[in-house]
Amino acid sequence: MAAPKQQRLALTLAAVVALIGAALLAMWGLRDRAAYFYVPADIAAGKAVPNKAMRLGGMVQKGSLRRAADGVTVNFRVTDGPASVPVTFRGILPDLFREGSGVVAEGQMTAAGVFIASNILAKHDERYMPPQMGNIAAEKQTRKTVE
Amino acid sequence: MIAEFGLAALWLAAALSLLQLLLTLVPALRDQAEPRTVASIAVGQGLFTLAAFGALIAVFLRTDTSVLLVAENSHSAKPWIYKFAGAWGNHEGSMLMWVTILTVAGAAVALLERRLPRDTLNAALGSQAALALGFFAFLLFASNPFARLYPAPPDGQGLNPLLQDPGLAFHPPTLYLGYVGLSVAFSLAVGALLTREVGPALARAMRPWVLGAWVLLTLGITAGSYWAYYELGWGGFWFWDPVENASLMPWLAATALLHSVNVLSARGGLRAWTIMLALIAFSMSMVGTFLVRSGILTSVHSFAVDPRRGTFILALLALYVGGALSLFAARIGTVREGARFDVVSREGALVMNNLLLATILGTVFVGTLYPLMAEAATGEKMSVGPPYFNAVAGPLTLLLGLLLFVGPLLNWRRDRRPLLRRAALPLSVALAALLVSFISVPAMSWLARLGLAVAAGLVPASLMPLVGRNLLRTPLATWGMVVAHLGIAVALAGMAFDTAFTKETLAAVRVGETRQVGPWAVRLAGVRPIAGKNFTALEARLEAFRGGSSLVLTPESRFFTTPFTETNETAIRTRLDGQLYTVLGKTDEEGRWQLRLWWKPMVTLIWLGGALIAFGGILALLGREWRSWWRKRRTAW
Repeated sequence: MAAPKQQRLALTLAAVVALIGAALLAMWGLRDRAAYFYVPADIAAGKAVPNKAMRLGGMVQKGSLRRAADGVTVNFRVTDGPASVPVTFRGILPDLFREGSGVVAEGQMTAAGVFIASNILAKHDERYMPPQMGNIAAEKQTRKTVE
Repeated sequence: MIAEFGLAALWLAAALSLLQLLLTLVPALRDQAEPRTVASIAVGQGLFTLAAFGALIAVFLRTDTSVLLVAENSHSAKPWIYKFAGAWGNHEGSMLMWVTILTVAGAAVALLERRLPRDTLNAALGSQAALALGFFAFLLFASNPFARLYPAPPDGQGLNPLLQDPGLAFHPPTLYLGYVGLSVAFSLAVGALLTREVGPALARAMRPWVLGAWVLLTLGITAGSYWAYYELGWGGFWFWDPVENASLMPWLAATALLHSVNVLSARGGLRAWTIMLALIAFSMSMVGTFLVRSGILTSVHSFAVDPRRGTFILALLALYVGGALSLFAARIGTVREGARFDVVSREGALVMNNLLLATILGTVFVGTLYPLMAEAATGEKMSVGPPYFNAVAGPLTLLLGLLLFVGPLLNWRRDRRPLLRRAALPLSVALAALLVSFISVPAMSWLARLGLAVAAGLVPASLMPLVGRNLLRTPLATWGMVVAHLGIAVALAGMAFDTAFTKETLAAVRVGETRQVGPWAVRLAGVRPIAGKNFTALEARLEAFRGGSSLVLTPESRFFTTPFTETNETAIRTRLDGQLYTVLGKTDEEGRWQLRLWWKPMVTLIWLGGALIAFGGILALLGREWRSWWRKRRTAW
């Protein structure tokens, strides 16, 4: 059995090793698993890497919503004003999803420039808006005033 | 009138908590204060806060729309139970509930705690008052729940229909009770640091609070997971949403604390470590509150972004956590050495448990806050989701499960018996399960396969502490441990089953058509409009057949008018071997209806496991309190 001082030292060292281990593990995990958030303008600027998990945020472009023949695949465009990106999603759209309203899509870009969404997050309620979309909302407001 | 009464009660409670802080921490005053004075101030503070909270519930029940909070969050046409729950279904109300629980817990400590030296108890009450004071300031200066609105609108804007669910109405109180129970552990740790009285007596005073808080957190997380599962219609049980992580992080810290408190009270070891965990556990509750209430992270749960409130909570967080950690750094050198032990011993296993839990906590913490830090540092917007969390937390959790194969069987201080032989039975069961899974299901993810194996081995491992004992004379606390560990096996098995064997069908279906999902044939029999109390809905009638048995499910699409919202009501039927889960989507021009069908084998084990874990905690809590009560009675005679 170790002397008390040594035992204390060993415990402290173990805790430090665990902490560093956690940090290294987290860094390794984040390196290729953190998803970037982009708006269509970012994608137009070529920021998105194809086939890598990301989030796309913006407004559902009015008049762009098309339902495919199978009844469960939808195609629409997400816009932030200047640019827009075509999105394909297979599934049931969230309740608050509608044209002209805010949306965040999770998924990845294909090399052909289509965003394949695996999950769609719509605006949650009247007051909720993802903070990442704050700028887009401001833009929309400006557009309205101009019109 | 009621609102003004509530506000006055809140101010009085805040004044009392300032008085309590001064009486317990300013040396000149502290030495003059009678012990009864401090206790009665703590009780008065609790009563006034309770009165304020009662006033808030009253204005909600009456739908007094001249109160801004009611006008924004309630509606007279709502069922009364949601008017009641609406009192805390919003930012201001939930913060008032938080401080109510905090002060009532403080009053309970002042009244009930007999084991601690008086100075330590007083210092702990001072810390509790300091915590309460910060939140009183927050309520009174940044988010007054009783603010008036003039002119008063005829009706409120209503409560978000997603929140109109019995599960969700009582889910926040459970979590808050858990969070705030940890505040007592925090205050006791601060008190002990101030008076340098860190020892088994502190651990015994802390243990019921930690156990109680942990049970409530476990229940809250389990209930929240089930709510998300059936209400959101996504069919998953855990989304790694920042708000979910906000409750998971204090739970991880509390789980570690629960185990280290046992080492401190039984063996006098791990002194500094236990104090540190007590400080971290409540800090995690505060971090959680900050994340949820500031709306700083993208989350389906977050409330309106309000930088002023976020800044206020961040300042409180920095003050309390920073203060406590500085105190820890200054004082920890004077804490006496703990008792010694070998690496291979019960203590050693508990240290491993703590290190693994701390590592999981660290990775979850980093993942949750990374988007914030990355945006602050580089301006890039990021999100961290399930791929990250599953990859880092999954393997660590499995290691923790493996540790349970031997940990509970080891002796205190040192264990000279061969380790591998002790773990032989669970290990062979786990290996057998692994082998069976390879033969019967060739394609399966590694995480699910190993999860299944560890869960199988955990069943005998968690029952082994009972072997060779007289079951009737086994202490309740031991039963509690056995049940809780068994609960982990059950929950782990449920998660592995759900990950590996879920079948999904997504289709657009005409009335009369049938689709297959897993072993079930599901036929859309019809869709009809129905009317609810404050909504209208479309209800689908689904007939499901398997073998000779049949089921009817009626998923709905609901439309609310105040505020205008649509929600999906899933229809779920439970069978012994799993759940059939159905969601009704939209209709199209050709008269087809979108249907999402899931067959989820054994999925209910997840929440059954959570309930078992909490039940184990309750047994341990009852066992210990019962024993100390019994001992007291015997000595009194």
